[in-house]
Amino acid sequence: MRFFAHTEDDVRAMLDTIGARSLEELIEHVPAAMRRSAAINLASGMSEAEVAATLGALAARNPGAEGFASFLGFGMYRHYVPAAVRAITARAEFATSYTPYQPEASQGTLAAIFEFQTLITQLTGLEVANASMYDGAEAAAEAVLMAHRTAPKRTRVAMSRALWPDYRATIRTYLSAFEDIEIVELPFDANSGVTDAAALQHAADARLLCAVIGYPNAFGVVEPLGRLAAVAHDADALAISVTAEPLALGLLKSPGQLGADIAVGEGQSFGIAPQFGGPGVGFMAARAAHMRQMPGRLVGETRDRLGQRAWCLTLATREQHIRRERATSNICTNHSLCALAATVYLAIMGRRGLRELAARNVELAHRALAALAKVGIRARFSAPFFNEFVAAVDDSSAALARAERAGILAGVALDGYWPELRTPDGAGALLVSVTEMNHDDEFGRLAAALLGGR
Amino acid sequence: MAGAEKIRARAVGSQPQAAAKAQPAEPLPGVPLIFEESAAGRGGADFPPRAAGQPHGAEILGAELCRDDIAGFPELSEPQVMRHFLRLSQLNFGQALHFYPLGSCTMKYNPVLNDEAAALAGFAALHPTTPAHLAQGALELMARLEAALAEITGMDAVSLHPAAGAQGELTGLLIARAWHRKRAAPRRKVIIPDTAHGTNPASCTLAGFEVVVARSNKRGFLEAAEIRRLLSDDVAALMVTNPNTLGIFEPEIAEIADALHERGALLYLDGANMNALMGVAKPGAMGADIVQLNLHKTFSTPHGGGGPGAGPVGVKRHLEPFLPIPRVRRESGGWRFDYERPDSIGRLRAFHGNFGMLVRAYAYILALGGDGLAEASRLAILASNYLRTRLEPRYPSATAEPTMHECVHTHDLEKRSGVSTLDIAKRLLDFGIHPPTIYFPLVVHGAMMVEPTETEPRSALDAFAAAMEKIYNEALSEPEMLHTAPHKLALSRVDEAHAARHPVLRWQPKRG
Repeated sequence: MRFFAHTEDDVRAMLDTIGARSLEELIEHVPAAMRRSAAINLASGMSEAEVAATLGALAARNPGAEGFASFLGFGMYRHYVPAAVRAITARAEFATSYTPYQPEASQGTLAAIFEFQTLITQLTGLEVANASMYDGAEAAAEAVLMAHRTAPKRTRVAMSRALWPDYRATIRTYLSAFEDIEIVELPFDANSGVTDAAALQHAADARLLCAVIGYPNAFGVVEPLGRLAAVAHDADALAISVTAEPLALGLLKSPGQLGADIAVGEGQSFGIAPQFGGPGVGFMAARAAHMRQMPGRLVGETRDRLGQRAWCLTLATREQHIRRERATSNICTNHSLCALAATVYLAIMGRRGLRELAARNVELAHRALAALAKVGIRARFSAPFFNEFVAAVDDSSAALARAERAGILAGVALDGYWPELRTPDGAGALLVSVTEMNHDDEFGRLAAALLGGR
Repeated sequence: MAGAEKIRARAVGSQPQAAAKAQPAEPLPGVPLIFEESAAGRGGADFPPRAAGQPHGAEILGAELCRDDIAGFPELSEPQVMRHFLRLSQLNFGQALHFYPLGSCTMKYNPVLNDEAAALAGFAALHPTTPAHLAQGALELMARLEAALAEITGMDAVSLHPAAGAQGELTGLLIARAWHRKRAAPRRKVIIPDTAHGTNPASCTLAGFEVVVARSNKRGFLEAAEIRRLLSDDVAALMVTNPNTLGIFEPEIAEIADALHERGALLYLDGANMNALMGVAKPGAMGADIVQLNLHKTFSTPHGGGGPGAGPVGVKRHLEPFLPIPRVRRESGGWRFDYERPDSIGRLRAFHGNFGMLVRAYAYILALGGDGLAEASRLAILASNYLRTRLEPRYPSATAEPTMHECVHTHDLEKRSGVSTLDIAKRLLDFGIHPPTIYFPLVVHGAMMVEPTETEPRSALDAFAAAMEKIYNEALSEPEMLHTAPHKLALSRVDEAHAARHPVLRWQPKRG
C-alpha cells in the first residue's frame, strides 16, 4: 500500500524489538469474538489512478455543478475564488497542521487566525471575534447559548421567521435540552419582508433573552436592524444579527453600529466553494464585555521569552479541555483552514475591493429584477435587498422546471419552507440570487424562462 | 516591503540579551500583520469596467443603509498577500513536513489526490440547493460512504451530518436523549470515565445530561463492576472511548455493554481512536448503540490547522429514526434527501454535512480497501508498540497493559532535575519534531501521549526515539537549556500566561 513505508524487514525488526512474533500477537488481548467478526467487507484497495477515475466519474454525474446559468443562493453563494486563496490553503504547512497547541510551531496558523478575528471585528463593528465556528447555523445557535450564559434567568428567545429554515432548526436542536427556554417565532411583514417589530415589542418583557434577526434575512431583505435591536434593548435583552451572505457587510452598515450585541454568520462567500453545502466557516463577534462567554478558540497576542511579538491560543479556561462539563461549548476542532481561506480572500479584496464587489452584487441583482419586471414578474417584497430577492411566480416548481430546460437554475422555491408565502390564489415565491458570477445576458433568459408558462 | 523586511530580519536575528530587556509594553514585532503592511489606495482585486449609466450599489441602497468605509481593513497588492501568507506558512509545523505524534489526533498522511478530487468542479462548484436529479453523483458518494463506514464500524446506519467530532458527540447524545423520551422514560445522567476527552463532558452538558464520573482502575481501564455500581434507572448512557486515552483496549467492554443494556441504558462509543480498530474489533460487536467518527483522524482528511473535520454518527437499528435530517434515500427515480423524519433530533447545521471532507474520506477508503484499512490499524499498533519499547527505559509507560495505536509515557525528570513535560515538548521542536499531546489524560502526571500512526517510516520513529533519549540526557546535564527551549525556531518560548492576563484579541492601529 503506497501510504505505508514499512518493508517486510522493517516489520520484522520492529516486532523483534517489541519481542512479538507477529502483528496478530499485538492484538491478541482483544476478545477473540470481536476479532473474528472484524473483517471489513469492502472491495480491495485501488491504485491512485483508479481512485481518481472513480471520483471523476461521480463528479461527472453532478451536471448541476456546471453549465447552467445559476441563481442559487439561500445561505451559500457562488462567488469567484481568487487563485491566491487556493494556493495558500493548499500549503501543507497550513493544511496538515492541527490546532495550534504549541505556539512556537504554529505561528503561521495563529497569526492568520488573529488576522481573521480582526477582520471579523472590522466587518461586524464589534470588539471581539473567535477563531471560527462550524457554519452560520451553528454559530447562530451558539450565539443564543452565549446570550443565555450572560442572562441565565431570561428564558424567551425571539427568533425571526425570516431566518433560514436550517438556521431556525439548528437553533431549536441546540436549545432542545434547555427545557426552560421558550422560542417565539416573529412573523415577517407580508408586504415588506422585514421582521415584524410589533411582534418583537409584544415579546419584549423581562423574560426576553434575545432577538435573533437576519441581516440580510433569508429573503435577501436588509432588515431595519437598528430599530429591532432598539426594541430588544428596551427590554434589556440582547440583539443577535445573523448573516449568511457576509459580502453584504462590505457595503451595509455594520451590525455593531446598528446595535447588535452579537453578530454571527456564515463566511463561505469569502473564498470558499459551495461544495454541496460544506465546509464553510461560521463566524462570531461580540462586545468586549462578553469576551469570556465566547465559545470556541480565541487567539491572543503575546510575546516570547525574548520579547518578540507572538500569538497563542488564549482564555482556554472557557474551553472543554480545561473546564470539561462547565465549558462554554464543546468545540474542539473548528473550521480553521476555511477561516484561513476567508482571511486570504479578504486580504486580496481589501478595503475598497470588498465594498466594490458588494456594490456590484447589488447592481446586478437589481438589474436582474428589472429584467423580470419587464415581463411582469415582480418582487414579492418592497424592502431593500442585497443580492437576492423573492420573485412572485405563478407556480414555483413549474417555473423551475421550465428554467432548467432552458439551461437555468432559476433559484430556490420558498413556498415549501414558508406556507405563509403562498397567496390565496396559489402563486409561489422564488428566491433569485445574483452574484458577480452572473452576467447581464442571463437576466433576459431568466425572465423568458420564468414567464414561459403564462 | 523594505520596512517589513527590516522588522522581520530584526526579529529573527535578534540578540537574546538585548531583546530580553525589551519593555513588555512594547514587544518587538515578529511578523508584520496584513494591517501593518497596508497602504491607502492599494488593492489585490481588479474589476471589469462598470456598465455605463448604471447606478452604483451604494446609491441603489442609499446612505441610510450603507457604511462609508471598513475602517482598518487591509490594502495590499496580490504579491504582498502571497508573500505574507507564504511566510506565515513557513512558521508552521505540519504532518506532511514533520513527524507529528500528537496523541489522540491521528496525524497520518493526507493523500494529496484527495484534495484534488474534492476540488473537482463537479463537487466543489455544486450548490447545496441543486435539484437532486442534477446531483446524483454527490448523493451516491454520500450513500456509499455511509455504507462503508457502517461496514467498518459494524453499525446499522450512519449519518454524515455533523461538522466535527464534538458535534457528532452532541448528535449521538441527543439521539440517546430522544430514544429514552420516546420510551416515555427520560433519563438525566451519562457516565463518563475519568480518562475521557474534555469534549465528552462538555457535550453532555449541551445535551442536558448530568455527568457521572467513572473511575478507571489502577491498571488504567474501566471495570464492569464500577459501571454496575454507578448504574441506575436515571442513567441514559455510558460514553466511553475505546481504546481509551491511555491507548488500552477496554477489556471488559462487552460485559459493560451487557450491564448497560440490562438496565435500559445505551453504550455510546467515542470513535476518536478508531484508527486502532479497523479490522481489529468493530464498535458494533462491542455492543455499542452509538458511535461517532472523526474523519480528519482515522480517515485522513487534513486537519487544517484545527479543522474543518467531519463527525459522522453510526447507530444500531433501533436508533436510526432519531438520526439528523436529511437522510440520503434511494427511490426509483434515483437518490434524494429525505426530510420527513418525525422522530429525528433535527439538524445541527445548515445543509447536509461537510461534503468536501466526505469526498476525501471516501477517496481514502477506496485507496485502502477493506484489507488496507485493517493493515493500517495493525501498522499503527506496531508503530506505537515499537515506540513504547524504545521509550520505556527512560520514559515509562503509564500502564503495564498492552498498547494499541497510542501510548502514554511519563518521566522522573521533574524530581531529578526540575525539567517538566512542557520543557521536553518545547525541546522536541528543536529536533524538527512536533511534540506529543502533553498533560493528557489528566489521570497521568506529566503525561506525554504518543501516537505515531501507520504512515511514518521506521526512520522517523527512530529519530524521535533518539531525540527523546538525547533530551533525557540534556535534562540531567543542562536543565536550564530545556527551560528556555526551543532555541532553533523563529520564536523562543511563548508566554501564554501573559496572553491570558492581558487579552489582546485583535489588531488595532497604534494611537497617536
